Amino acid sequence: MTVQVATANRLRDGVIVWLKPDLTWSEDFAESKPLRDEAEAKAALDAAGVAVKARLVVGPYLAEVDETPEGLKPNSARERIRAIAKPTIIPDQGSWTGRIAG
Amino acid sequence: MYRYDEFDATFVAERVKQFRGQVERRLAGELNEDEFRPLRLQNGLYLQLHAYMLRIAVPYGVLSSKQLRKLAFIARRYDKGFGHFTTRQNIQFNWPELVDIPDVLDHLASVEMHAIQTSGNCIRNVTADHFAGVAPDEIEDPRIWAEIIRQWSTLHPEFAFLPRKFKIAVTGASHDRAAVKFHDIGLKMVKNEAGEIGFEVIVGGGMGRTPYVGPTIREFLPKQHLLSYLEAVLRVYNLLGRRDNLYKARIKILVSATGVPEFSRLVEEEWARIKDGALTLPAEEVARIERYFQPPQYEKLPAISPELEGAKVSDASFARWLKANTHPHKVDGYSIVTISLKPDGGAPGDASADQMDLIADLADEYSGKELRVTHHQNLVLPNVRKQDLYALWQRLAAVRLAQPNVGLLTDIIACPGLDYCNLANARSIPIAQRLSRRFNDFQRLEEIGDLRLNISGCINACGHHHAGNIGILGVDKQGEEFYQITLGGSSKDDSSIGKIVGPAFAIDQVADAVETIVNVYLEKRTSNDERFLETYRRVGIDPFKEKLYGNSQARRPAAE
Repeated sequence: MTVQVATANRLRDGVIVWLKPDLTWSEDFAESKPLRDEAEAKAALDAAGVAVKARLVVGPYLAEVDETPEGLKPNSARERIRAIAKPTIIPDQGSWTGRIAG
Repeated sequence: MYRYDEFDATFVAERVKQFRGQVERRLAGELNEDEFRPLRLQNGLYLQLHAYMLRIAVPYGVLSSKQLRKLAFIARRYDKGFGHFTTRQNIQFNWPELVDIPDVLDHLASVEMHAIQTSGNCIRNVTADHFAGVAPDEIEDPRIWAEIIRQWSTLHPEFAFLPRKFKIAVTGASHDRAAVKFHDIGLKMVKNEAGEIGFEVIVGGGMGRTPYVGPTIREFLPKQHLLSYLEAVLRVYNLLGRRDNLYKARIKILVSATGVPEFSRLVEEEWARIKDGALTLPAEEVARIERYFQPPQYEKLPAISPELEGAKVSDASFARWLKANTHPHKVDGYSIVTISLKPDGGAPGDASADQMDLIADLADEYSGKELRVTHHQNLVLPNVRKQDLYALWQRLAAVRLAQPNVGLLTDIIACPGLDYCNLANARSIPIAQRLSRRFNDFQRLEEIGDLRLNISGCINACGHHHAGNIGILGVDKQGEEFYQITLGGSSKDDSSIGKIVGPAFAIDQVADAVETIVNVYLEKRTSNDERFLETYRRVGIDPFKEKLYGNSQARRPAAE
């Protein structure tokens, strides 16, 4: 099975979050729990379902990633952009003046 | 411009209060996301890639300086200091928090704005010619009719759950600046043989997955019957439009499947039933709306301003801007100024809060406190005295807002793309930035001349790629971004849909491909006056194809 991670948007502010090994949510992709088999994937979705009911997150799903020596890497353009949590446009060239750190 | 009456103000205030309650119930767990989603969408609130996105209606693109200042305030306080003007003359904020939305809507209501019907399967914000009321080629001011349509379509109970979204555009001018043939309904004001003014009614145009140039279903509709006729079109669509397939639900599919003669017959039949009823517009009501759009007190000025002529000669940069960014006004001594929101390497349509504040100040000082948003994602000062143009240009140039590129290759339309949008397959803004930098030589831009380049990050075509002389469409191939190029589209009077030139390009090949296309055009054109579109239509797609793909080493395997 391709390695996956669980992700969603936070209900209150829409910020992208990733499911951590302790089944809480992080804004940092690097803290994602790698889901290496069906059982882990199901457990993650169950935990996400609980978080939806608790009004913490919205729209959870599993995203495919590559496991590399440097850590997990999203393997689609969409998830790469979500993982950095900001647009890819160059702030000093565009008018993107975001205050998001990192 | 139109001012809310007591009914409008009460309605918007009540709607904000209602949505505040709905947000509270969502956060308290009384509404789940499935229940809440249609409610937030009805109030213009999307959940996008990184965050919520609030789309605010700018009715027919008309904005006051006071409203723009409020948008700047919202950008600063509730967003990340900027907003994005869209191809539907609206503005979007990309980063608001759900908990703040009711407060944002309260602020908007305080300046007679809202986000109602900027989403969902309803009649969306009506758009219009951005030079309405000031263009010399105008038969009649379309804002009056756009406002009448706005009032009729707002919360119209019969059309709250249409098969799909519905977009109406109006122009009162002989030259189409509102892309009326690419809308669900396009209305073009025309004069009949008797000299009466009415509407040519175009139905079933559109972009998206299945682009169509809309056909005319009625050559002349008397003005007093506008609403009953629109109602008849909407009724036929509401009844017969497909609800079983999202991709076949727009009216363009119905018109195409039914055939224009039969569709027109159905509309006329329905219209005959309701024609002289409650929807007939009383002359006094039209006159009441008309009064909101009275022209400002123009000064009696000479057609030629000596100050302007002097500055033109002494300052070449100003002269260049003047040529590209100003348009003749219907009144002697005045100009229409387009402020390009396409700075070198910038994100098309983005404006920072500081820029919005400054532009609002300039609208106060130079243009009677009024602005327009264009579907090309620029802003317009509609009433500038020619003698003030040089001073205005200097103020704009000081803050990077005097890019002299309106109507030229770098005046790019681009949707937010995968950098922001949940539906996108590929990024749009970085492509626009690369092209903007590649073609940042103004002398060359002028030499290339009139050329529209439009970019969409997915087939929904928010970036109007089908209507670009050069269109770029982002596609996804196994999670990676590729870009398909189309040639020959136009949204003007000679509307046409671009043709795909060949296999798609990788992101780092797009600027080279566009450069190749431009070079073929420059080589093939018969004179400097032959526009890109004219050359393309004369020589066809093959010369472009040959240069782009002739050498197979020049391209990689691509998405088709």
